[in-house]
This record gives sequence, structure tokens and C-alpha cells, in this order.
Amino acid sequence: MIATHLPVLQVAVPLIAAPICVLLRRGSYAWIFTTVICWGLLAIAALLLDQVMSGGAISYRLGGWEPPIGIEYRLDGVNAFVLLILAGTAALMMPYARQSVEREVRPERRHLFYAIFLLALTGLLGITATGDVFNIYVFLEISSLASYVLIAQGTRRRARTASFQYLIIGTIGASLILVGVGFLYAKTGTLNIADLAVRVPALGETPAVLAAFAFITVGVLIKLALFPFHMWLPNAYAYAPSMVSAFLAATATKVGAYMLLRFVFTVFGVHFAFETMPLTEILLALSLIAVLAGSLVAVFQSDLKRLLAFSSVGQIGYLGVGIGLASVTGVTGALVHIFNHALMKGGLFLAAGTIAYRLGATDLSALHGLGRRMPFTMAAVVIGGLGLVGVPITSGFVSKWYLVQAAFEQDLWPVALFVLAGSLIALAYVGRVIEAAYFRPPPPDSEPVQEAPWAMQLSTWALIAGSVYFGLHTDLTVGIAERAATVLLAGAP
Amino acid sequence: MEALSHVNYWAAIVLAMIGLYAVIAPSNLIKKLIGLGMFQSAIFLVYITVGKVEGGTAPIIDSGHAVYSNPLPHVLILTAIVVAVSTLAVGLALAVAIKRDYGTVEEDEIDEQDRR
Amino acid sequence: MTEHLVLRVISKLLIPPILLFALYVQMHGDYGPGGGFQAGVIFGAGLILYGLVFGTEAMRAVAPPRLLVVLACLGVLLYAGVGVASMIGGGEFLEYGALSADATHGNHVGIIIIEIGVGIAVASVMTIIFTALAEWR
Repeated sequence: MIATHLPVLQVAVPLIAAPICVLLRRGSYAWIFTTVICWGLLAIAALLLDQVMSGGAISYRLGGWEPPIGIEYRLDGVNAFVLLILAGTAALMMPYARQSVEREVRPERRHLFYAIFLLALTGLLGITATGDVFNIYVFLEISSLASYVLIAQGTRRRARTASFQYLIIGTIGASLILVGVGFLYAKTGTLNIADLAVRVPALGETPAVLAAFAFITVGVLIKLALFPFHMWLPNAYAYAPSMVSAFLAATATKVGAYMLLRFVFTVFGVHFAFETMPLTEILLALSLIAVLAGSLVAVFQSDLKRLLAFSSVGQIGYLGVGIGLASVTGVTGALVHIFNHALMKGGLFLAAGTIAYRLGATDLSALHGLGRRMPFTMAAVVIGGLGLVGVPITSGFVSKWYLVQAAFEQDLWPVALFVLAGSLIALAYVGRVIEAAYFRPPPPDSEPVQEAPWAMQLSTWALIAGSVYFGLHTDLTVGIAERAATVLLAGAP
Repeated sequence: MEALSHVNYWAAIVLAMIGLYAVIAPSNLIKKLIGLGMFQSAIFLVYITVGKVEGGTAPIIDSGHAVYSNPLPHVLILTAIVVAVSTLAVGLALAVAIKRDYGTVEEDEIDEQDRR
Repeated sequence: MTEHLVLRVISKLLIPPILLFALYVQMHGDYGPGGGFQAGVIFGAGLILYGLVFGTEAMRAVAPPRLLVVLACLGVLLYAGVGVASMIGGGEFLEYGALSADATHGNHVGIIIIEIGVGIAVASVMTIIFTALAEWR
């Protein structure tokens, strides 16, 4: 009986767990509770993906109302895959959370921290699971509001200004999506994605649909933080608590990419988005600038967390390239990169957090000689960094391989060239970190540093090891992503 | 004359632009939040206008009326208003925290302190 | 605000009807305009008016923040609880009809409980937001 309710449980369980977390009143109880919930969510996501892979799309009617009148949760290969990524990263990061949060968040706020973390997770899972465009807006705001609060918990005061900046930009982005949804509703009288997918293409090129497309695309790009809408991202990730940086870097922008896929491919359709509207050109141009500029700026950062944040700006560009190419190979590359980048960047931010936990700083100058003093953590940073570069046997190689292949399929060799150039620049910034950690002597007056606590190492290494594992065993990720991409490009679900 | 028949939409555009200007131009964080509120209100206005049915009354079933306005946009906007209230609350809380940390809510002064 | 006699007397006269009206809007919600959110906001407005006129100290005595937080959580849990109960009753999440053997009766009970949950949560959250911002030094 419970199996039929899995789609709604995926979203409702963390939503119900959040107020319970508040009632628990103790940070340690809240941590245990949240850990249990996150692993439960991972189990649900895995079961759902299995159901979708074996039995096709699942539809769940909320409140028993038939779609398209009622709200529908609709899972196909694409969002079941993204749900697994979200629940998986959250679950793997929970062992890390306890010590990291104890260090960075005041005792009387810890249980609230976990409650808000669960709300952010609810929002992200909700955006992914729902089959209703207005629901997407609501969950988007739930996750965004929760992330503003989480980012503001950073120990340095710039966390507050970064969060405020994100709040302004994020709210404008979400409002633009709301306008676009309003135009679609005014024209079609429906909010259900599957229903819109039938009705919107039938409308053709009416001004309202064009305007809706423009509003929604810009709104989603702001949430995705694709260049030039990335301004909120570096500060927000650099000053947030370690756990939050890692979680948001691994999930929030990925959900943005999912929204872009869903709106562009399912709601508006490939023909409208890429032939009537010049989305390929726009996305490719912006993404390639993002890849180059984001990575270049990362090279010149003096702080590890900021470096990783700018590297995220560049890596988001790769997602844009894959989506912009609008071919099965390209979208496969983007989906695989969503998965791989979540593992790599999540792991890297966690490692940066453990360094901050031991040293109290993440300046590159503080990293001098750390290769000896924190060998395991730095090894994780190196492997994760090589993944960002896209060295073979890391998973970053797999996604870039598909992107380059997709570019060659359409004879867009400059795109392939830019993707490779991005990797070279990534090598430069990863090289700076390696140089600081391994080839510089530790400052003479430095105090001895211990390796990080094992629980924090466990989370970091789980993500990093995952990124290597899925670089070697590509069948699982690529297999799922390829099927999902085929579904998306085929149009209406 | 056709342009005048869309007076609500014109109002929404004007309101949204004033709101956006108020988000971008002033350096005071509270003024930015006020601008954000205006921008969101403009969108609410669009939705409510879309829901209006010519000659329709409030959507409460009544034997005296046959035509009702569409209640769905109202419900959607009620949700969006809740979101706007929460956003404002979080924004104000952040502004208070910034005031506590920096001693000011003027963005240029905050930037100056950050640069030091 | 001890010296504003008129303000104090008028708000003392106004607050009870405001709170009563909130309850009316709450209970009337399934027949006409109204419902939990509106009722919660009106109830919260009554409490906030009290806090504005008589000070946050007096407000703490009426609505202790710790209690408000618990109430806000219970409101949400009441809402979600109805959803879970309808799943146990054999329906989909939030399918109130499944709460009772008679679907109409179930719908009736479900919507009232849900609206009460919403009302409690909204009233407490509005008050929490006010006190949090008013007392922050």
C-alpha cells in the first residue's frame, strides 16, 4: 500500500519532519532525527527510480483530484534521477553535519538549523517531483527562503550581506517565473505540466507565449546562476556555513538545471524553444562565457571556498552547453554532469569545510604544507579537483566526453574547443590548490594540525569516492541519463 | 482607445518598473525590500486581472448569479502573498542582523567596511 | 506608551472583537469567504495591536514566544496529520473524503481540521515575526 504513496512521501516526509525538529529543542536529537529522515528519503528516492525504470512514469493525484484539475506529482526518468541525487547528497552529508554545525552554529539555534535544512530539502525535492508549474514556484520559494536563512548562519558577517543579495536577486528570479506561469495560465487555463505540454505548442507563436517563455527562461537562469546571472553565487557559497555551502553547491543549482530542462523541453517543446526561439545560440554563448570567465576568475581567488564557488559558475556553464545543444547526447551529458558535479563539488566543499574546521580559515596561504598535515582531506581535494578538470577515470571526464561528443555531432567544433579550454583553466586553479598544499613548506610558527574527525572524513570521502566510482562504472549514470534525455527530447510525457 | 482598455496591465507594468528601480537604485536595504514588495504586487495585479470575468461576481455560489470570476488566480495569489510576506520577514530579519553587524543598512557603507 | 490613554482604551475595546471576528472567519471559511489563513492573520493582527500598544513585555505574558513556536509547529503537524490520516484511510495524500465512510462528511471534517491547523500556524507565525523583529536589539 505504501508503495503507491511514495511520490508524495518523498516531499511530505521532510516537510512533516521540519516542525518535529523544532519541537525536539536539542541540536543533537535534531541531528539524529534528520539523519534518519535523510536516509529514509534516499531509500524512497531509490525505490521510486527503480519503479520508474521498470514501469515507466508514475502519476500521483494529490487529494484525489484528477489531473489536470488537481495537483499531480509526476515522476519520469528525469526527475526520479534528480530526486536520487538530492536525497543521496543530503544523506551522505549528514554524518558530516554534526561536528560542523556544532562548530559554526550557536547551540540554541542548532535544532532550528536542521529544521530549516529539512525545509530547503523539501523545497528542492518538491520542485523536482511536482507536475504542476505553480507548485514549482511555491517549492522554489520554500527552498530559496530556507537557503537565505541557512546562508545567513555563516560565522562571518559577510554571510548576512551575501544572503541579502541572494534574497533580492532570487526573489526577482522567482517572480519572473511567476509572471511567466501567469501568462501560460491566462492562455491555456491549466497549470499541469503534461497538459501544458499539449496545449502550449498548439498556441503557436502568440505574444503571450513568447513573453512567458522569456520570463520563465530568465527566471530559471537566475536560479541556475548561469552567467551573467551568477552574481549572487560566489559570496553566498563562500560565506555560508560549510555544510550549507556543500549542500547548496551540490543541489540548488542542479535543481535549477532540472527546471530549465523541464520548462524548455516538456512545457514549451524542443521545436518552439530551439527553432522558433534562438535558445541554442543564447545558451551556448552564455554557457561558454560562463565556462571561461568563471574558471578564469577562480584561478585568481585567494580563498579556497571562493575558488570553488567560482569554479561552480564555470561548471554550471557545462550544464548550459549540454542543454543548449538540445541533442540526446548533449542532454545526457548535462544530466550526467548534474550527477557528477553534485558529487565532486559537494565533496570538495565538505573538504574545504574540514579544513576550516581544523584551521579556522580556508585561505590558500593557510593551506601551505597541508598535504603532510591533513593527508586524507587534501587527497580528497586533489581527487575532487582532478574531477573538475575532467581527468580520465574521474567522473568529470565522463560528462565532458559526452558534451564534446555532442558538439562534434553538430559540427560545432568551437564549442568542443571551449569545453576543453575550460578544462585547462580548471587545471590551473586546481593546480594552485595542489601547489599550496604540497609544494609549499608550512609556515615555521604554525601549530600542529590534526587530521579532521572521522565522521567528517567519512562524508567527504563518500562523495569523492562516488565521483571516482561513477567515473569507472558509467553504465548506471549514463544509462539512466540517456533514457531520461530520450524522454525529454521526445516531447510530451 | 484599445490601449486604455488594458489599464490594469499598464498599471502593473508601471508598478513593476517602479519596484525594480527601487530595488536597484537606492543603497538603503529597507528601500530595496520596499521596491521588491512593489514588484511582487505588480505581478499579483496581473494575476487578479486575468481572473476577472466580465460581468462576473465574487465566486460564491448563489442562486441570483450565473457568472462568477475565476477564483483560481485568487487562490494562487493568496499563496504568492504568503510567499511575499515570508520573503519580507526574512529580508527584514537580515537587515536587522546587518545593522547589528555593520552598524548601518546603507549598501555603500557596508561595501566600504567589507573592502577594509 | 503609557501616556496615550485614548489609544489604550480604544485598543482594549477593539482587540476582543478582532479576536472574535478571527474565530468567525475561521469557522465560516468552508461556506463563504474566509478560512484559516485569513483568520490567522486577523488573530495575529489583534495580538500585534496589543503588543504595539502595551509593549512587548505585556505581549510576552499573553503570548509567550516558546508557546507560539510550539503552536506554529503543531498547526503544521495538524495539517500534515490530516494528509497522513487520509492516506491511512485508503485515499491519496490530503484526500479528505477518505477520512470517513461518507465522502461528503469526510470532506467536511477534513477541511475544518486543516483550516484550524492553518489558522493556528499563521496566527502564531505572524506574532513570532512581530516579536522577533520588535525585540531584536
